[in-house]
Amino acid sequence: MAAEQEIVAGVDAGSTAIKVTLFDGTAMANYLEPAGWNPRETATVLLSKAAGLRGVKAGGLARVYGTGYGRVGLGFLAKAVTEITCHARGAAYMAPEARTVIDIGGQDVKAIRIDGAGRVRDFVMNDKCAAGTGRFLQVMAGALGMDLGTMAALPADGDACPINAMCTVFAESEVIGLLNRGTPRETIVAGLYKSIAGRVAAMAARITPCPPVVLTGGVALHQALHKALENELGLKVTIPGEAVFAGSIGAALLAWEDLRRKGE
Amino acid sequence: MTLSRPQAMAHFDMAIPHAATSLKQLKENGTKVVGYYCMFAPQEVALAAGAQPVALCATKEEPIADGEKTLPRNFCPLIKSSYGFAVTDKCPFFLHSDLIVGETTCDGKKKMFELMAKFKPVHVMNLPQGYAAEEDKAYWLAAVEKLKKYLETSLDVEITDAKLAAAIKERNAERRLIQELADLTKHDPVPLSGQDMLKVLWAHNFVFDRQEFAAQVRELVGELKEQAARGEGALPKGAKRIVVTGVPTGIGAEKVLKIIEDCGAAVVYIENCSGMKQFVTLVDEDKPALAAIADKYLGTHCSCMSPNPRRMELVAEVARDWRADGVVDVVWQGCHTYNVEGRVLKDYLRDNGNVPYLQIETDYSQGDVEQIKTRVQAFLEMMG
Ligand code: SF4
Ligand code: SF4
Repeated sequence: MAAEQEIVAGVDAGSTAIKVTLFDGTAMANYLEPAGWNPRETATVLLSKAAGLRGVKAGGLARVYGTGYGRVGLGFLAKAVTEITCHARGAAYMAPEARTVIDIGGQDVKAIRIDGAGRVRDFVMNDKCAAGTGRFLQVMAGALGMDLGTMAALPADGDACPINAMCTVFAESEVIGLLNRGTPRETIVAGLYKSIAGRVAAMAARITPCPPVVLTGGVALHQALHKALENELGLKVTIPGEAVFAGSIGAALLAWEDLRRKGE
Repeated sequence: MTLSRPQAMAHFDMAIPHAATSLKQLKENGTKVVGYYCMFAPQEVALAAGAQPVALCATKEEPIADGEKTLPRNFCPLIKSSYGFAVTDKCPFFLHSDLIVGETTCDGKKKMFELMAKFKPVHVMNLPQGYAAEEDKAYWLAAVEKLKKYLETSLDVEITDAKLAAAIKERNAERRLIQELADLTKHDPVPLSGQDMLKVLWAHNFVFDRQEFAAQVRELVGELKEQAARGEGALPKGAKRIVVTGVPTGIGAEKVLKIIEDCGAAVVYIENCSGMKQFVTLVDEDKPALAAIADKYLGTHCSCMSPNPRRMELVAEVARDWRADGVVDVVWQGCHTYNVEGRVLKDYLRDNGNVPYLQIETDYSQGDVEQIKTRVQAFLEMMG
């Protein structure tokens, strides 16, 4: 039995994308697929595909842990762990010196204080409302007539016009109003980033963020938002290379740890 | 391990369904009913007037829409629900109340009483902003004296010192009994779930025969002691132990308690006004009755008091004595005082015992159950 390489997996069933991480104690591989209309199906297929690339069936994985918004719907998990615990672990793996993790996901925003081992010390999450999340940006991109990728690539680090509405619906009308007045899109996007960053920083203040701060989640792709967040927090924020995978990496690491512990 | 639920809980399961009928019977026999909304209302004064005090503080989502027809939407759900019930006469307890005793606690409540006074006899007691200063104590004593006169006039009775003393004795005995009950949840495994504890304390408001209620609680205490001796619990041994504090979370609004226990942790102590708040201190039986009553009630460690050091001290003490793994602070949306005080409490707990703290801000709706679950689970995972 010992000769066979054991592989574990972490599945992060987010609201917009499914992320899968495979880990065998040394090598790590990450896979992503948009969640689509049937996230459970997407997750199952993606996991099989990932396992197949390593020459095993999904059922042959030693342990599969799940996290994220959709974790409760995944029947094949050995264990479901919250996004908070997983993001903390994943971020600490990618940036071992990190003490604060800010994750901006599709549906929620969280700020987590962690220790050197990636254990959660304190955390805070946004309330019911979508303001400041990936979903918010998606709606705004729609109002601006572009897709999220174009928005993320926009050089929106210059002038920012103030966006006052925080509610997604009101902010959308505000953006349309600004467009009608001829405000350049860069300026509007910069304004949106500034308002999101301000809101995230205010929420994070509840856990007294301390450096180094890392940013994870899909929204980390927006370069200008990154800068706006640094301004609002007054702290340097780093983005690890695989920021989008923090949750699935964390889940895979926890699965691996439990597997080792069992083996002892 | 088998998990057990005491047989005596059957009494409390039935208490609320029976309450409306028994109150109606009381009324038909000529007893006057005094409705109140808050732990500052001195129940002994109503008892000494021969009346039945009834807690009206509403916990249901259904009347909120009616409440919102008059009150701002961003008010706390407790006020909107209470007012919605009152204005539509849908709550039998409000309906049967001959008069209402209110206090100038938080802004929302005191303004609600002004509106309520348009369709119901309401007596509002002026509450000072603090409980420590001598002038605040004198101010409150005057308010309690005024209440006594008001009840004497409107119910046409005389409230004698002997009657007050008897009421104090009765309520103190109950407080001691409830303290004894709460002490049992120091055991691991915890012999009674937090949700069942809430039910018992809630029934305290709705069983009108005091002897009967005391006998039921004594029966429960006996059973729990045996259970604890056998090492049986309502939740598994080693379950994470949580103290719940914050706003009132009565039956119907126990969402967060349920989530905590659904996640496998045990609510070992409910510190708020639906829980132990009114039972932790007694009325001093050696002091002049009215002054002793005023003293006890003014000491209620509610967030509308400024500052409110007693709550911090008490929560830290309870967390230590009940060996809590964490404190969950429930705040209704729109409740500014508890919301702000969460920050004070969090820091206090960090510096006094380093107790993990989680604030949950929510309302009476079920829409955020999954989100709260994630937070509670993460909080439990954080404890390792
Ligand atoms: S929380 Fe404060 S205002 Fe509300 S019932 Fe309790 S004592 Fe009264
Ligand atoms: S929960 Fe807060 S806002 Fe609501 S009645 Fe109690 S003190 Fe007032």
